[in-house]
Amino acid sequence: MTALTIDLNGMKVSDDVEPRLSLADFLRDRRGLTATHLGCEHGACGACTVVVDGVATRSCLALAAMCDGRSVQTLEGLRTDPTMELLRHHFHHAHALQCGFCTPGMLITARDILLRHTRPKDMTVRHELSGQICRCTGYANIIKAIIAAGEEMAAKAAPAEPAPEPPEP
Amino acid sequence: MKSAPFEYLRPKSVAEASVALGRRNATTAAIAGGQSLIPMLNLRVALVDLLVDLSRLDDLKVVTRTPDSLWLGALTTHAAVEDGKVPDVFNGLLRRVAGQISYRAVRNHGTIGGSVALADPAADWPSCLIALDASLRIVGRNGVRVEKVADFVHNSFTTSLSAGDIIMGFDIPSPTATLRWGFAKVAKKSGAFAQSIAVVTAQGSGGPATAVLGAAGPRPLMLAETAKNIAAGETAEEQLRAAIAADLAAHFKGTDSLDAYQVRLHRANILRAIREMRSQ
Repeated sequence: MTALTIDLNGMKVSDDVEPRLSLADFLRDRRGLTATHLGCEHGACGACTVVVDGVATRSCLALAAMCDGRSVQTLEGLRTDPTMELLRHHFHHAHALQCGFCTPGMLITARDILLRHTRPKDMTVRHELSGQICRCTGYANIIKAIIAAGEEMAAKAAPAEPAPEPPEP
Repeated sequence: MKSAPFEYLRPKSVAEASVALGRRNATTAAIAGGQSLIPMLNLRVALVDLLVDLSRLDDLKVVTRTPDSLWLGALTTHAAVEDGKVPDVFNGLLRRVAGQISYRAVRNHGTIGGSVALADPAADWPSCLIALDASLRIVGRNGVRVEKVADFVHNSFTTSLSAGDIIMGFDIPSPTATLRWGFAKVAKKSGAFAQSIAVVTAQGSGGPATAVLGAAGPRPLMLAETAKNIAAGETAEEQLRAAIAADLAAHFKGTDSLDAYQVRLHRANILRAIREMRSQ
């Protein structure tokens, strides 16, 4: 067993885990944080995406033991995050989910997109979202929601002078 | 989809890590970002007794620029390169390559050292580093050695690494004139494993040129005829097609020969890279 201490959603959490335990299983089975969903468990679907030390991370591709001393944020911990509030509103408004299985990973990835791109356009969002799989929506409404959230975010930040769109990848 | 049990160790120094990785009568593996190794462990295509976590070793995080070269520590992440956090000595080539590897959440953790150590034929860094004539420094039980990346990658998932060896980083020689380059990749979707990777470079106009094809064979292939034509400033498409055909024929013989589709795929991809280079 390996001892670990993680700053989990702003709370210090200590535990003893088997080295082979993934961060995803640690979150769900040991901490009861079931917003993090497990689809493929090999990094292809993106449903399990969380934030580790401020960056988007596949929690199925991280060992809990390797996160010792790091900070981890799950969707539960982003409830009052302003970007996430905006995204939740636009996901609701644009009907950007059906079954909801991919939604936690979509929301965390969408937040990551908005933090790295000002006013992202269609192709940027599509490219950045290509690691997140949704089997219901056909993606169209998810993309609409993220673009709308980006517009609102940019308008709030600089209403007079909109920031230029970074080059499309 | 859960890994078999293993022991986990987080050494405090490269020396300690090397001793652990060289443990007798045990299968050991080094882990850095883990973005390839963890799924391999979960799928049980990799089975280890001891996992040695290199991710906290600051000696592997050094990035320095000298007049002659750029040193990239093995733990440099794809995202750090994508975001321009390492000096741009190669006219944006590294950034471009890094930004097209898998997905952002994977690039945040995946490292250049891990990518080269695994030597997946469809990985981007080996082809790119070979095109740039990069070397790597390896610390092992018998001291330090320096090898060209081109010599280091032997075959599919096979390198010159032996038990106890750790890649410290990469030394990439600076071009003598502005580097012109083209990078083209064919994958079924963005972020998926590539079916063809083409990297071409030329230093200034008329300077030395390289052409490397990845994901086609078990290891990246140097395209000598194509490079010669690029260096000579050849622009006639027919001539370039003939050079590519000669290179492919030299590398793929007998039972290894490519089918018609693969020939067209790789040729189109190499030509795309050459066109991009010419536009710079």
